[in-house]
Amino acid sequence: MPRTREQLAERAAKELQDGFYVNLGIGIPTLVANYIPQGMEVTLQSENGMLGMGPFPYEGEEDPDLINAGKQTITEIPESSYFSSADSFAMIRGGHINLSILGAMEVAQNGDIANWMIPGKLVKGMGGAMDLVAGVRRVVVVMDHANKHGQSKVLKECTLPLTGAGVVDRIITDLAVFDVKPDGSGLELVELADGVTLDEVAAKTEAAYTVAPGVG
Amino acid sequence: MRKIYADVTSALEGLTFDGMTVMSGGFGLCGIPENLIAGLRDSGVKGLTVISNNAGVDGFGLGQLLETRQIAKMISSYVGENKEFERQYLAGELELEFNPQGTLAERIRAGGAGIPAFFTATGVGTLVAEGKEVRAFDGRDYVMETGLVADLSIVKAWKADERGNLVFRKTARNFNPMMATAGKVTVVEVEEIVPTGSLDPDHIHTPGIYVDRLIQTVSEKRIEQRTVRQRSAA
Repeated sequence: MPRTREQLAERAAKELQDGFYVNLGIGIPTLVANYIPQGMEVTLQSENGMLGMGPFPYEGEEDPDLINAGKQTITEIPESSYFSSADSFAMIRGGHINLSILGAMEVAQNGDIANWMIPGKLVKGMGGAMDLVAGVRRVVVVMDHANKHGQSKVLKECTLPLTGAGVVDRIITDLAVFDVKPDGSGLELVELADGVTLDEVAAKTEAAYTVAPGVG
Repeated sequence: MRKIYADVTSALEGLTFDGMTVMSGGFGLCGIPENLIAGLRDSGVKGLTVISNNAGVDGFGLGQLLETRQIAKMISSYVGENKEFERQYLAGELELEFNPQGTLAERIRAGGAGIPAFFTATGVGTLVAEGKEVRAFDGRDYVMETGLVADLSIVKAWKADERGNLVFRKTARNFNPMMATAGKVTVVEVEEIVPTGSLDPDHIHTPGIYVDRLIQTVSEKRIEQRTVRQRSAA
């Protein structure tokens, strides 16, 4: 069975470690915050200028001066701090953030990622995505394995303009988990979603990959 | 020298000219100098190059200057929330330069700090790096980006004292402190001007040296994405 959005977020939460500073992208990555294990100290960064992001406010307690990078109203918690966007991206670019979990339109077997632009359609902009993939120590992509036309989003080469070249460390899809091998030799399938077979992944994946021992 | 002006019109008087470059603070609609933006609209200045992370929404924030066609070019990282922007851009009426958000923030910081250019790994191997110098440091490629300055910076802060020392509030700080440093002239709107000496010098975010003109205004502070959680039944 392919993973649901919630199950994808739950799986992605397993990437978190105690003491991590983490930036979560918009969409499924945002849901990862709901699966931080009890007792684990994880600090969420919002790239507009906040560390220690709290949950959404209760109705009537929204503060227009307090939003996340998706422009949603949020709250502060005891460990929160605020800073300028220059300080925020110094943190990102300088490699101080442990983990970035973000969505993608395409990922290639060499770690290239495309998630900001479709030529010929309206281009909304890259926001902080290019800085995050270039600067954060570990970059994990969470996405559906195939697009809505059923075509693989895990590719030999990206067809869309890149957000970053050779920057992705791990790909978590509704079917499987792949690692981008650090030696540049391509992808390794390290995990199958419950009930998903090697054959099904093979049929739905354009990229070349090896299978880790014990998988399948 | 008195920095405090009575209203938006007098605070912008003599500062605007057609074809000028303006930096405008804020992230989304959070921490935007909404009264000074309306003042620019009312001034009738045209052909603006506006440096701002976003472009406002239809009818509010920088969306007001798009509606009146006063903006010729935007330098931004994300402009997804504005239909009029989309229409003008697709019709070729508006020029657009995308910068990664962190690169934009650093270009403004560098401009205000007298640094003409810097190297960053952000955007290497992407469209952003096309036509720019790429240089390797310690085996990794970096692209050269230039510092940005503006003829005028318009900034929103929470509080100021009479000498222009500024305090921002929560995530409304965003691009405002850097923009305050990178304008040839910086005009700031605040919610409250307090007597000099009543702010703790250790808690000032932007020293008054960067602030030329100051006005106290009332802000609507519109919320772009009102998101709430349910109270659990107690």
